[in-house]
Amino acid sequence: MSISGSETQVSYLDYQGKHKGIWSWLLSTDHKRIGLLYLYAIIVFFFVAAILGLLMRIELIAPGRTIMEPQTYNGLFTIHGIIMIFVIVIPGLAAVFGNFFLPILIGARDVAFPKLNLFSWYLYMIGAILGVLSQFIGGGAPDTGWTFYVPYSVESSTNVIYALTAAFILGFSSILTGLNFIVTIHRMRAPGMGWMRMPLFPWALYATAWIQVLATPIVGITLLMVIAERVLNIGFFDPALGGDPVLFQHLFWIYSHPAVYIMILPAMGIVTEIFPTFSQKPVFGYGAIVLSSLAIAFVGYFVWGHHMFTSGMSYNARWFFSFLTFIVAVPSAIKVFNWISTMYGGSIDLKPPLLYAISFIFLFMIGGFTGLVLGSLATNVHTHDTAFVVAHFHYIIFGGMGFAFFAAIHYWAPKMFGRMYNFRVANIAWVLNFTGFNLLYFPLFIVGLQGMPRRSYDYLPQFQSGHVLSTVGAFILIAGLLLMVYNLVRGARKGEVAPANPWKGVTLEWKIPSPPPHENFDDIPVITSKPYLFGNNSDNK
Amino acid sequence: MSVHNTHAEHIDSETGKLGMWIFLFTELFLFGGLFLVYAVFRAKYSAEFHIAAGELNAFIGTMNTVFLLVSSMTVAMSLTAIQKGDRKLALFLVLVTILLAALFMVNKYFEWSHKFEYGIYPGSEVLKNMSHGELLFFGLYYMMTGLHALHVLVGMVLLSINVVKIKSGSVNSNHYLMLENSALYWHLVDLIWIFLFPLLYLIT
Amino acid sequence: MKHEDKHISSYASLAIVLAVLLFLTAFSVWITGFHFGAFTVAVALIIACVKVATVLINFMHLKFENLFLKLLVTGVFVMFALVVVLTFVDYYFR
Repeated sequence: MSISGSETQVSYLDYQGKHKGIWSWLLSTDHKRIGLLYLYAIIVFFFVAAILGLLMRIELIAPGRTIMEPQTYNGLFTIHGIIMIFVIVIPGLAAVFGNFFLPILIGARDVAFPKLNLFSWYLYMIGAILGVLSQFIGGGAPDTGWTFYVPYSVESSTNVIYALTAAFILGFSSILTGLNFIVTIHRMRAPGMGWMRMPLFPWALYATAWIQVLATPIVGITLLMVIAERVLNIGFFDPALGGDPVLFQHLFWIYSHPAVYIMILPAMGIVTEIFPTFSQKPVFGYGAIVLSSLAIAFVGYFVWGHHMFTSGMSYNARWFFSFLTFIVAVPSAIKVFNWISTMYGGSIDLKPPLLYAISFIFLFMIGGFTGLVLGSLATNVHTHDTAFVVAHFHYIIFGGMGFAFFAAIHYWAPKMFGRMYNFRVANIAWVLNFTGFNLLYFPLFIVGLQGMPRRSYDYLPQFQSGHVLSTVGAFILIAGLLLMVYNLVRGARKGEVAPANPWKGVTLEWKIPSPPPHENFDDIPVITSKPYLFGNNSDNK
Repeated sequence: MSVHNTHAEHIDSETGKLGMWIFLFTELFLFGGLFLVYAVFRAKYSAEFHIAAGELNAFIGTMNTVFLLVSSMTVAMSLTAIQKGDRKLALFLVLVTILLAALFMVNKYFEWSHKFEYGIYPGSEVLKNMSHGELLFFGLYYMMTGLHALHVLVGMVLLSINVVKIKSGSVNSNHYLMLENSALYWHLVDLIWIFLFPLLYLIT
Repeated sequence: MKHEDKHISSYASLAIVLAVLLFLTAFSVWITGFHFGAFTVAVALIIACVKVATVLINFMHLKFENLFLKLLVTGVFVMFALVVVLTFVDYYFR
């Protein structure tokens, strides 16, 4: 049912083109529908992986066997990681919000290659389903961890090849999306939108897309090499044949470290859109945000060794990677200053998007600071492969990208679905999410420092109190997540009709109806000024 | 400088070309991983790599290099032909390119089967009895030339599609993005081989 | 669909490029017949780089493309080289 439309177009939700019914979705090349296809898939896979995580937390509430065997636990942490990393966090923000909003934010009708865009989604679904299938067929759920370290990934009798293939296909999907976005941003900006007039979420997507395009192929070939080891005994990573297992780690992390910037850059881009809107004030330091995004993307290629400090690398490699790890933290810190300065002196409206964006800063900073603990050589020896690492990356990835995702959906759901959600319920869900999150992960820093290893089914009794707190936190968090999703879904279906601009934003998506019409704009806008001008006193600063 | 296609049948040519260049970058990094492995093991086992490379037939390798270089020229010329509206010549040149690719593959088939006859293939007993460096050299040889051959096949398919489209007229002097992009892809296949050739065949 | 003032390479120029490439190939086969040790490999690789550049600039038309694309292609090769160098900071100093 159409909520609102332009003078000449129906909403993208109602549009019926060549195909009818379900096929008008499954064969749609409309970037907005593709964004929703990704959203629905991600919600499903996220809860699958979250439940797997919850099962792990239930197992860990006490030492020894609680509800499962060790082999099951190993399979759980492997698939939890594979789904969360390759299916949720790496694609997530770009595939959902990038697809939906990039063309709109730059004043275009679609991406550069719409059919390729749909193809990316199909690759994504095939890879994700193959990953889940690997749990159930033949040799059993892979138990190597999502990092597939040799020699175990070569020796394990489980379905490693299915998981490797799934990751390969998902990587290809990521590459094609990145390619699409780079060309879109280069070629399809509205007349008058020079590079420095482009909003900051597209800039973030641009930096991210270059990483997707240049780093992912390396993990692609590396996964193929592991398959070659398993099937052909090719020897690259096998010391008995002259190979080097550490070479696998190099190749793996040459991608997987830049991959974390694929995860976080769009997240930073999204909160950079939210802060000005809910402060009614331009972004502080537009140029600094652009440069820091590009700097993070570039420097992020050269820090991968910090995952390998205890692997036997040369001393020179170790100090160099540690040094660069400290350098790459600087542009992120610059952004934090910019976000806070954007809010300072602004007219703050603490709606759910801003609540999530502010908590993003808090959680991301904890993750970031603990990253420095890990990045410094001496402390790394103590913390490597402990629960401290687990806490660190969950703060950065879940607290960072995850909370940014929640911020984004609360920010843009009225635009996407044309309906508002309930703010009170959203805030209650936030309380549960924030409390549950910190209760779940903060104790892991402590037990990790005390010596609790990661990926370990069993542990010494002195770590139990930390684990009990953590498991309680997990339940609170799941409750918060369920409440949040319920509220958003109910809002999308039955909420109050949303106006075109519920938050008084000034970027292009707020100038078109909610939900957007099929071709986004009646007439392509002509851009005559820089972005984030609010028509108030703050514009002159 | 921007373009706006609503639901245009044809993608703007500069847009399409930029897309293909970026795709080529991903291919460079894909092979790049293998080149990195090569570099590491060559540095570690230089003498053994030297010996193993002697097992390869440099003449066939050189022939294959010549085939690909010529085919790069013919596909580049086919682009000139289509731009000038010379359909027949363009068609002929694309077909020659495909033929040269096929000759490359035939050579590769003979090379590989000759090696198999001698028991030189990943996981074989013969290889296990060789030194580590030689074993790794052949592992790299098979994986690199194998991946490359796969790309030659894909290139042949793309070029064949162009044959059909040039015949039907959908690739013509005004719309030749498909041929231009397929030519770029084909040149990449050539580029990879230009690096593979000395690294595998000429380090004797 | 526009093709902005496209530069059309002449058949003769393309043939000349091929001749150069074939010459460089022959030269690299010849020179690696000699034993200069590590130097031999370096020479072969340098010649390969020249061939690659020739194909990029001429056959792939990079000479006639915009500056951004030229910088991009260069940048991609530089990035890859840096990754290799950084990996060797481990291997060389072990």
